Amino acid sequence: MSALALEGVHKSFGANEVLRGIDLSLEEEEVVCLIGASGSGKSTLLRCVNLLEPLDAGRILLHGEEITRRGVDVNHIRQRIGIVFQAFNLFPHMTVLRNVMLGPREALKLGREEAEARALELLGRFGLADRRDDYPDRLSGGQQQRVAIVRALAMRPQLLLLDEVTSALDPELVGEVLNVIRELAEGGMTMLIATHEMGFAREVASRVCFLDAGLILEEGPPEEIFSHPKEPRTRQFLERIVQAGRL
Amino acid sequence: MASEGDRRPDLEVEARRSRLLGGLSLEAEGARGVAIALLSTALFLTVIVVAISQSPGWPEVHRVFFGWHDITSTFPEIARAFVLNVKIFVVCEVFILVFALLIAVLRSLPGPVFFPLRALAIIYTDLARGVPTILVIALLGFGAPALQLQGVPTSRVFWAGVGLVLIYSGYVAEVYRAGIESVHPSQEAAARSLGLSRAKALRFVILPQAVRRVIPPLLNDFIGLQKDTALVGTLGVIEAFNQSQIDANATFTFGSYLAAAVLFVAITIPLARFTDVLIARDRRRRQASGAFA
Repeated sequence: MSALALEGVHKSFGANEVLRGIDLSLEEEEVVCLIGASGSGKSTLLRCVNLLEPLDAGRILLHGEEITRRGVDVNHIRQRIGIVFQAFNLFPHMTVLRNVMLGPREALKLGREEAEARALELLGRFGLADRRDDYPDRLSGGQQQRVAIVRALAMRPQLLLLDEVTSALDPELVGEVLNVIRELAEGGMTMLIATHEMGFAREVASRVCFLDAGLILEEGPPEEIFSHPKEPRTRQFLERIVQAGRL
Repeated sequence: MASEGDRRPDLEVEARRSRLLGGLSLEAEGARGVAIALLSTALFLTVIVVAISQSPGWPEVHRVFFGWHDITSTFPEIARAFVLNVKIFVVCEVFILVFALLIAVLRSLPGPVFFPLRALAIIYTDLARGVPTILVIALLGFGAPALQLQGVPTSRVFWAGVGLVLIYSGYVAEVYRAGIESVHPSQEAAARSLGLSRAKALRFVILPQAVRRVIPPLLNDFIGLQKDTALVGTLGVIEAFNQSQIDANATFTFGSYLAAAVLFVAITIPLARFTDVLIARDRRRRQASGAFA
């Protein structure tokens, strides 16, 4: 059984059809990278999986359970799927520790001590222990994004969605965030990653999907997609990336 | 050129800071700035005082409004009556803060299911802000006790308080709503993505940020309410304004009005400075590094 399966997913915003029938499945411990130009539907796809956007058609299954059916407890589903956003979206009025503890405390209903222990363990593991009492706006972008990842991990999700998590960072801060994701991949976290970091995708992904105009145009192992793309549009996209010096 | 470019952001932050402190901060200008400010203030006051005291009606105005004896002799009585204003203010404010928040939250509910509640909240805020306060107080203060309903208080002060709560909740609900809408939708998305319900996202993530942002306009409404407690006097209740009117009628002078005004100001001005302190403290705590996010 797949950890995640999308079947014929359609999503429009008004007249703009963003996803035009996406079929995709992830196995347990698999890392799949979504690549493609801005506006190809990567972020929308991730937001649909986390039920932040309702589908127009199609269905999504998490470990065989359809999470897009009517009457599903979305809060319960979202507890099992973590998402990290491009712009961090940390809660600015809470310290780092409280940011991380909020989900476990209020959604998982853990006791204070247990939630705090869980948060501190994760913050320590990612080198953020000394930042526990700081407010997000005192942290660098890289630190903020690492806190956002820790915040998602504190829920112990079965699946982690990463939405261009390094795109808002200064170049010198990208590495520390990618290291965290690399470590998660090695630890067996199932991840669906929308990214512009092609070198990184090549390194960590078990599979790469090229999204174009709301469809998965081509998918396969990274060597195949990056070295021998079959589709002309994939080739075009990768050529532009190479020209921009990003691969 | 380069040095100017370096200095400008500092100056802007400084200017913003001093605006937040009511525009009274002279820190940025140094000793010379303080001297200039003192001199120009003294000059300004002199001109005003001379102009007024030279006016033909001044001796009479001085006698009627500024009779020291009239002010001091009526002050204790008015101060005692003023206790009622403060009580009305404090009790009403608590109810307003809660009730208005409820209305603002109703108005921010999404989806077609909640249309009736949203509509109700909108109609309410429109009406509450549209009817003159003095009318509502008269209608409730005289009307509600006249109904002689069982188990309903007949006190005019009680009904005047209800009127103030109803009116001010309309304004305060709009202030809250502005705050709620100023919190970026991505904050709600982040909270919901953790599996928090909408109610919990509102409680832990959206409202704390919203309320913090609207503290200054909220205080504005606090001050307005404190002043409007004087309207309760129109029902014949003895509070500071009504007491000062009685004293004015007894002495044929208006010194008692001035005494009442001093009492009101004694509450509202510290309130204003207190909020400034709150805002500044919140800013310092969040931006101790001096970085401006």
